[in-house]
Amino acid sequence: MTQSTLPQPIGASLARPRARRILEGRGRYTDDIVLPRMAHAVFVRSPHPHARLVSIDAEAAKQGEGVIRVITGKEVAEHTQSYSAVHELFAGMRAPRQWPMVVDVARFQGEPVVAVVADTRAHAEDAAELVVIEWEPLDAVSDGRFGMTEDAPVIHAELGSNIAYQGTVATGDVDAAVSKSEHVIGGEFRFGRHTGVALEPRSIVADYQAADRALTVHQSHQSPSQQQDIYSRLLGLDENKVRVNTPDVGGAFGIKQQLYGDELATCILSKIVNRPVKFVADRVESLSTDIHARDHNVRARLAVDRDGRFTGLDVDDCFGVGAYSQYPRSSIGEGSHVLRLSGAAYALEAYRSQLTMVLQNKNLVGHYRSVGHPIAVAVTESLVDQAARKLGIDPLEIRRRNYIPDNAYPYKSHGGFVFDALSQHACLEKFAKLVRYDERRAEQEALRKSGIYRGIGIASFVELSGTGPEYYGKGGARVSAQDGVHVKLEPSGKVRCFPSVSDQGQGTDNAIGQVVAAVLGIPFDDVSVISGDSENAPYGGGAWASRGAAMGGEAAYRAAEALRDNVLLVAASILQARPSDLAIRNGAIVNAADGTERMTIAETARIGYFRQDLLPPDLQPEFSVVRHYVPRRQPFVISNGIQGSYVEVDVETGFVTLLEHVVVHDAGTLINPMIAEGQIRGGVVQGIGAALYEEILYGDAGELTTGTLADYLVPMSFEMPDILVDHVNVPLAGSILGAKGVGEAGTAGSSAAVLNAVNDALAPLGALITQIPMTPERILRALGRVP
Amino acid sequence: MDDCADISLTVNGERVTRRVRARTNLVDFLRDDLALTGSHVGCEHGVCGACTVRVDGRITRGCLMLAVQADGATVETIEGRSDGGHLRDLQQEFHQRNALQCGFCTAGMLLTADELLSQSASLTREGVREHLSGNFCRCTGYQPIIDAIMAVAEKRGIAR
Amino acid sequence: MLAEHGADARILAGGQSLMPVLNLRLANPAVLVDINPVAEMAGISVDQSTVRIGALTRYRDIQDSPIIRQHLGLIADALPFVAHAAIRNRGTIGGSLATADPAAEMPACCLALDARMILESTRGQRTVPADGFFRSTFETALEPDELLTKIEFPIAGPDWRHAFAEFSRRHGDFAIVGAAARARLNARRFADIRVVMFGVADRPLRIDAAEKALLSAANLKEGIAAAQATLAKALEPPSDNQTSSEARLHLARVLLGRALAQFDDAVD
Repeated sequence: MTQSTLPQPIGASLARPRARRILEGRGRYTDDIVLPRMAHAVFVRSPHPHARLVSIDAEAAKQGEGVIRVITGKEVAEHTQSYSAVHELFAGMRAPRQWPMVVDVARFQGEPVVAVVADTRAHAEDAAELVVIEWEPLDAVSDGRFGMTEDAPVIHAELGSNIAYQGTVATGDVDAAVSKSEHVIGGEFRFGRHTGVALEPRSIVADYQAADRALTVHQSHQSPSQQQDIYSRLLGLDENKVRVNTPDVGGAFGIKQQLYGDELATCILSKIVNRPVKFVADRVESLSTDIHARDHNVRARLAVDRDGRFTGLDVDDCFGVGAYSQYPRSSIGEGSHVLRLSGAAYALEAYRSQLTMVLQNKNLVGHYRSVGHPIAVAVTESLVDQAARKLGIDPLEIRRRNYIPDNAYPYKSHGGFVFDALSQHACLEKFAKLVRYDERRAEQEALRKSGIYRGIGIASFVELSGTGPEYYGKGGARVSAQDGVHVKLEPSGKVRCFPSVSDQGQGTDNAIGQVVAAVLGIPFDDVSVISGDSENAPYGGGAWASRGAAMGGEAAYRAAEALRDNVLLVAASILQARPSDLAIRNGAIVNAADGTERMTIAETARIGYFRQDLLPPDLQPEFSVVRHYVPRRQPFVISNGIQGSYVEVDVETGFVTLLEHVVVHDAGTLINPMIAEGQIRGGVVQGIGAALYEEILYGDAGELTTGTLADYLVPMSFEMPDILVDHVNVPLAGSILGAKGVGEAGTAGSSAAVLNAVNDALAPLGALITQIPMTPERILRALGRVP
Repeated sequence: MDDCADISLTVNGERVTRRVRARTNLVDFLRDDLALTGSHVGCEHGVCGACTVRVDGRITRGCLMLAVQADGATVETIEGRSDGGHLRDLQQEFHQRNALQCGFCTAGMLLTADELLSQSASLTREGVREHLSGNFCRCTGYQPIIDAIMAVAEKRGIAR
Repeated sequence: MLAEHGADARILAGGQSLMPVLNLRLANPAVLVDINPVAEMAGISVDQSTVRIGALTRYRDIQDSPIIRQHLGLIADALPFVAHAAIRNRGTIGGSLATADPAAEMPACCLALDARMILESTRGQRTVPADGFFRSTFETALEPDELLTKIEFPIAGPDWRHAFAEFSRRHGDFAIVGAAARARLNARRFADIRVVMFGVADRPLRIDAAEKALLSAANLKEGIAAAQATLAKALEPPSDNQTSSEARLHLARVLLGRALAQFDDAVD
């Protein structure tokens, strides 16, 4: 079904009802929630990256004003099971056991050690300063490649080494391809560790009710159902007594997708003190303990024959994941995508990718928007651009020559996926027109003559999203890849929907509402979407892997269809017609053939709820419907796009001006183009942050030196370009809606595009950068301007 | 430092009298003592702009001022500015253009944009980007926010 | 109050520098002295020879002042680089000077403008020239019981021009390096010049060698090159997370050149 045949308002750029109250200052974020007798928790954290806990003296802290309890990690551990996250699809992956707080050894700076619960946050912080902890510092492992070696101290004795996983994906004979090819372009790429920086820090209010052995949690999180499952299992509570409510969430991006030790501990604190407990991370805590991402050191080579055809790609990724494997998904995600998606856009006969996942005495690495794609794409696309330069072939042209041909689908990728039809060529041609490519190249050439260095950087990407059960379920991770939507018709004819996918601002609620309105045949304004609460939503995956619209929308479609059929059954009975002769349009029951209004949906609902005496005795009106959907056709939804960055580099200072950024992306059916474009733009800017600004830095002693937003630089409005977005729409095969994921597309390719643009600008000067972020100093050093 | 002081100020047009701890900052006072949770805390070091409020007619970082310093002052938060109808055109444009996603930065953006528009005779896109450069947004990529502000500038006849 | 508490007390003016320190619990003064209510410490006045700015004057009011535009154009040009609008609405010039961040704009401008700091205490009043006020990182000539109340700027004649420039990673960030310069011109030549750089040391520095080079050069182009060449000896820039000492030196050279190039239309 193409987009044009789907009923409105699918495809309409409707504004988000959810935004209205936020615009008036009436958002309801977790820290806005106040419960009776609520206490505040503050955590004392390890200052050392690796140290044995010798003693804790909390006597002075306990005397602090307003202090209720001071609790150690050891005490907290008594109330929970430990956990470890392996992923069985990655044979041989090891993960250490993890407790929510330090029990005997701290393994990353920031690991929580002692919890102080007090009547106000300020009092808890005062008391936290009085806790005296004696540590025995141990040798710490910081660098991933070093951590792999036998000289490195072993962080978890039970594992015997710091290597959590090693694996290889190979197709054909890449060594042969390298040895027989005319050109081999190689390089070592470094990607700066960085993090999501959601503006709302992690926040949780845990409310344990002893009488019922029930736990209610309000938290800033992406997956209420998942957290319900985790808290109940680890804390030994009945699952139907655990409720997780995620109200308005101030940004998530994958940072709020997993279990955090301090959040689990907060639940336990509530149980211990028998009153609600709130924990809100401050910005320093966020920067140090929100999951980090992208800590990769990649050595790669691209083999190219004399006609510019790629013959082989060889990738070796050393991926540092911090002290533990993030739970429940494990930390393999980024590495897995580098393993299987490097070079994905191209038809390669030979491919080898090796991944070593290394534990370090650093904060954990998890899934941050676009998980691994930025790495795979940057490595690949940089080598492609370098190949183009070496062979004197235009970068767009070299891609045309090497893309998987349009007639090759379904295509078995060298990474082991089966690609349905991608639209790479269509995206590239659209892109070339949109950026007025030849004009830009001429402009670049002319300006070079006057010493102005502009660059055009291109990045093609193939993207995985919408993860299905074959990945997590089969891998042993309790992550639900299915979602459900409950649609309920009220007697007045209005509708409430409860999806299991949730909305942190990306507009998923709108997607659900638009699909339901379209399929049911009622005005969009008559549909309310209530999401984020595990108590009223069906059990589902929540928000991750850009699944909200694609997967949740599919479930919404089916639920709305079923409800429509149920409504028509009752209406048909009232009107003495056949259900198949009727339709619902704009809230009215009409003759399907000519659109004549017969009655309103409200009238049907009224009778179905209050006047069943008017209906045949065997007719049971069902105006409340739940449908679930799980994607079974493919382990992932696969889509593609191309991005371009146009920059000017001040070669005397190393400063980069972003003149323009363009994205052409295929997300299949766009349920709401304005929302989709918002997602792409936001994602692009995060990738720009990675390319130019963002880096988590640790000092020699393993201490975090980028602990504030004055040190950790995020993109602000002045430096950002306007971003042009256009689309190709090839509907997702095998789904009714045909929607693919769009939330991560911007981030997948933008850092690669900017990296390539800077290198394109610097190429005439013989400089090449293979490290991001490209700070002014790194650019100056590449240019040889700084000794 | 748990000394207290009595303060008396006007918040969103209402006279408010409270005893506050000397060390409580303004945004915490507004959120915790007055339940005006529309202003947000994003960094506590004055960099992100989420805590922006208006004090005596000028936008201010609520995390960089003590509540005791607001004694005798006129404070307006997003709730007050919105309810007073001062932000209608901005809110309309923000809404129609999806200039907010998670919404955590939005109060700060609206108040900052409002001040910019009221003190400018002429606004360019670049000028808007410059003025908003102290307000961090992670979701939108800034473009729709700039679009929304320029659209209001257009309507007021000050867009260049 | 300062006389009583000395180093246990901190002055709270605009709060834009002090409050982050308190919020992050990097300092815990026993006493905070809020001087905001001292109305007589704010305000701008001018007579024939001097512009006086009260220490408590907010950046925003300095920016809006026609007196500053007319007589202290260097400061007017520097102010848009100081943080962001909300900070400037509340932050004060006195706060910036007393904080003495080596990468701040106002101390450098005061040095370039030969400003005089008026310091007051229960013991009396004294005047300290800008050159001598900034001692080191976050360290000034202020005694623990003293308050900076006013800054006096000698009015320069109409033959003075100024230039300001800085490099920062993002608009509004503290400068990596910056330059505040002013010069008296005579028949399209430099007759007198002040070249101050900031972000290059533990305080703003007047680069004497650069000034000499400019005064004795045959033309602006040569003068700029000569001035830039003095920096390798004159500066030993600090290193930080973002920028090494060598890169900072390089950027200082480039920045100085661009700042001085602003005199291009006035000097041969």
